[in-house]
Amino acid sequence: MSLPIFHPVEDPGPNFSLLLEKLGLIVPNSVNEVSEKYLKVPHGTTVLAVKFKDGVLMAGDRRATEANRIAYRMMEKVFPADSHSAIAIAGAAGPAIELVKLFQTQLAHFEKVEGVALTLEGKANQLGQLVKAHFDMALMGMVVVPLFAGFDLNKNCARIFSYDVTGGYYEESDYQATGSGGRDAKGVLKQGYKVNMSDEQVIELAVRALFDAADEDSATGGPDPLRGIYPIVSLITKDGYKEVEELVVKNAFDSLINQRGIS
Amino acid sequence: MTLPFYVAPEQVMKDRAEYAQKGIARGRSLIATVYRDGILMVGENPSRSLHKISEIYDRLAFAGVGKYNEFDQLRVAGIRHADVRGFTYSRDDVDGRSLANLYAQYLGQVFTHEMKPLEVEILVVELRPDGSPELYHISYDGTVVDEDSFVVLGGESASISERFKAKFEPAWDLSKAFVACLDSLIEPNRTVKATEIEAAVLDKNKKPRCFRRLDNSELEELVTNWQNDRQSKKEDSQKDEFGSTGASN
Repeated sequence: MSLPIFHPVEDPGPNFSLLLEKLGLIVPNSVNEVSEKYLKVPHGTTVLAVKFKDGVLMAGDRRATEANRIAYRMMEKVFPADSHSAIAIAGAAGPAIELVKLFQTQLAHFEKVEGVALTLEGKANQLGQLVKAHFDMALMGMVVVPLFAGFDLNKNCARIFSYDVTGGYYEESDYQATGSGGRDAKGVLKQGYKVNMSDEQVIELAVRALFDAADEDSATGGPDPLRGIYPIVSLITKDGYKEVEELVVKNAFDSLINQRGIS
Repeated sequence: MTLPFYVAPEQVMKDRAEYAQKGIARGRSLIATVYRDGILMVGENPSRSLHKISEIYDRLAFAGVGKYNEFDQLRVAGIRHADVRGFTYSRDDVDGRSLANLYAQYLGQVFTHEMKPLEVEILVVELRPDGSPELYHISYDGTVVDEDSFVVLGGESASISERFKAKFEPAWDLSKAFVACLDSLIEPNRTVKATEIEAAVLDKNKKPRCFRRLDNSELEELVTNWQNDRQSKKEDSQKDEFGSTGASN
């Protein structure tokens, strides 16, 4: 490996994907004949984002499925994108995790090269371009749909962006859910959403949404007390990204189950 | 027919080295030193946006003196190298040694083969996963020196080094290390404002990205510390002078 120095006209600037391309490290997709029917890859499912008083919450279940089988019980679908934003993923697990890694690297790369971080809007747009670049794979059944949320330090508010397979992105006003159980989760969020919820309230709402999504959708994993696996819940506020402790999530599920009289 | 003009290779190298040294000496010097929580880098820089010190990766930082556009190109190349390596392998596979070697090869190549050498002196500092520091000092001709306590970059490095060495303690805290850095960088007849200082640390307690730039308020406080320290030392030495003259009389 030599030092990546380019002629000023050829220079990829702070764009990490373009840099990989210039270095010949991105291989164009050459599989055209494969369809979903032949290709069984693990899929991740329900993720959601809800705004609350201090910022925005992001949560996701832990199940990955391969057609009708459970492929993995401990998958993580919510990741910090940088210090003040998070990305959650639904869809084909392999490409989705690669997308997260590329996105995280891109954000840090820009910040280091330019000396300042991108704006939240800029990050959302960048993610749209990464999803768009993946469109060929999506046509082959490897759909990846992220959800992006963060605290906008310039506007001093939390913001949520949802995406479609073509890379189009849309800002959501209060909440959003995606993945196979997304519709069920969104129904719960719609019923339970209030402006300016506290930490406890928003965690309770997110847990309820994931619980109902798992109740209706076989591809979404519920709380798993047998193995001690619980959904991942993160809060992004002015102070940055923070994952909620597992015990807090567990207690929220326990009290929900008690309330409903299921035991 | 005229013969091509012959210049001895020794002379060519000497001229190039002189040229590079002159360019480097035009800028201000910079010190990197180990301290209790990692590595501190301090330099004079009147600009708030054109940095001399910058983050490369989780546990790596870069500092450069000399011609800005030249060391900035090296800085960006270093970030690229590290990010690509971390993306292709794992975050733990990005280390200072490989980057320092690449810089050395490039600088050496340019020094011997190009029209003019790069007028820069750069530093790659690393906090190893176990917390131990590593400082790679790379010169305009590609010479690499590996240090584990402190490095002074720039034209005046010999005299500054001398002053700094006398004060150096390996496990000092940030404030003490900072005062010693400024004391060595700024000659006794000169003073600076906090806005003219650029400083950053690789802090082993800050994970995963150890790099942290000292912000304005923090710099303000540290520079005030240094000014007070210098003032009190001055007063002490004056007292000593009076005391000794009194005794001899």
